Amino acid sequence: MPKIVKLMQGNEACTAGALAAGLRFYAGYPITPSTEIAELCAEELPKVGGKFIQMEDEIGSVAAIIGASLAGKKAMTATSGPGFSLMQECIGYASLCEIPIVIVNVQRMGPSTGMPTSPAQADVMQARWGTHGDHPVIVLAPGNVRECFELTLRAFDLSEKYRVPVIVLTDEVIGHMREKVELPDPAEVHPLRRAMPAAPAGYKPYAADPNGGVPLMAPFGEGYRWHCTGLFHDESGAPSNKGEVADRLLRRLMLKIENNVADISDYASEGIEDCELAVVTFGSSAMSSLSVVRRLRKEGVKAGLLRLKTLWPFPEAAVRELAARAKTIYVPEMNLGQLALEVERVVAGRSRVVRIGKVTGELFRPEEIYNAIMGAK
Amino acid sequence: MRVEFRLSGSGGQGLLLAGIVLAEAAILEGKNAVQTQSYGPEARGGSSKAEVVVSGEDIDYPKATDPDFLLALTADAYRTYGRLQGKGLIIVDASVPLDPEIKARTIPLPILDTAANVVGKKVVANIVALGVLGGVSGVVAPATLEKAVLNRVPKGTEELNLKALRAGIELASRAGGKVQA
Repeated sequence: MPKIVKLMQGNEACTAGALAAGLRFYAGYPITPSTEIAELCAEELPKVGGKFIQMEDEIGSVAAIIGASLAGKKAMTATSGPGFSLMQECIGYASLCEIPIVIVNVQRMGPSTGMPTSPAQADVMQARWGTHGDHPVIVLAPGNVRECFELTLRAFDLSEKYRVPVIVLTDEVIGHMREKVELPDPAEVHPLRRAMPAAPAGYKPYAADPNGGVPLMAPFGEGYRWHCTGLFHDESGAPSNKGEVADRLLRRLMLKIENNVADISDYASEGIEDCELAVVTFGSSAMSSLSVVRRLRKEGVKAGLLRLKTLWPFPEAAVRELAARAKTIYVPEMNLGQLALEVERVVAGRSRVVRIGKVTGELFRPEEIYNAIMGAK
Repeated sequence: MRVEFRLSGSGGQGLLLAGIVLAEAAILEGKNAVQTQSYGPEARGGSSKAEVVVSGEDIDYPKATDPDFLLALTADAYRTYGRLQGKGLIIVDASVPLDPEIKARTIPLPILDTAANVVGKKVVANIVALGVLGGVSGVVAPATLEKAVLNRVPKGTEELNLKALRAGIELASRAGGKVQA
């Protein structure tokens, strides 16, 4: 089949990526600026034998996709800030019970109802720490429409591989912007399929595979008997109040991500090989930043851009390596300093870190970043 | 060569669709195009803005920085964005009173009137405006614009929309035709 070249919206590309990954169940509650994802899933899923349900709210939405995933289906929901807040309790449940789900959060200006049609990037920390308790989670951040396709597809693969909730963190600019996109031939897309455990007899749902630390998951309805609970549990899934059981489980949950940071980490860069001045950012702020870095290069300044496509686990190695070269690292983001906290932690004083925050509900204009860099230089 | 368009007016005028069609026409000609928008919480009547950037090269920043062409269909849009207009041209609906404070080169054209009284339907003002922008900018060929319009408009409205597009291109050519972008 020929490649499809078309003008595509970010939200549309997220949906296309999910469908390419094998999405068969979507439950959601529409919210600006994510609604197109629900609309398109309602249109497309029935055509491939999938199901779409509009739920009563976002709590119901995430609970429903957890159920679908337990039954063996690739499942997703999409929302924005207020809905993402409501989903937090169930994200913790999916983390502890190791249920693969994908949540797209198209960020808008908050807190609270905020400015519903305006972009922000202020859910960086909520995406990592929104639910209570230590917990594993993966957060991916597309930087253009094409990456909405690629990273949503990847989100499904990672959620299956590590049995974790994966959050695709976009924003109103990327969600609603349209650009020329070339989609891969569907025959060349090979989404990860969930590996089935051996025979149902003696199945232990939480007996970690000694190689990767990730147990094999049996879908409900296939003859495997297992208990799935948000209480701490032993390898059989039975609830346990024993300290050593909780300790072993939680450490394994965290390590299955921490031990695989290199596999999960993803970023793009321009000009970082010899840069004296670097910009570290993500999502739509990176589009403005790229324009600035290119302008600075033309003006003879050794500038570089590191654009993070994985936000969590935080790509520490890439940032640490950058700090060995760049005297100053600028962190533009549409919030008042969230990604910058991580950059500062990793850089640990080796470079100067300058925060550039914007909370007007608008994308950075390139000259705003340029002027901030010139003012701080 | 980067060419920037800003289409402004009120919600419900269909300017977003006009922007999408313009971007799709550019893609049909093998160029790169990005379309963005900003809008208020209202479905109808609030302020509405769509932007299109067309380039033969990679487009990094997706929004207009100093639009080559500003289209303003309402007095509000004209006052808001006209003041920000730098080197580029303003195309304003002829019903909008001009403001002497706004210094950028301005061409008033009867876009809304042409839609209502020449084409015969108020709702196709967006496609008339698209014809004007295509004609004035020369960024895509008229035949490509026609193809892009036909790809997007609902079945049964093809003739009406083509008539609107041609009326817009005609308005542009009477106003001085293609401006080298």
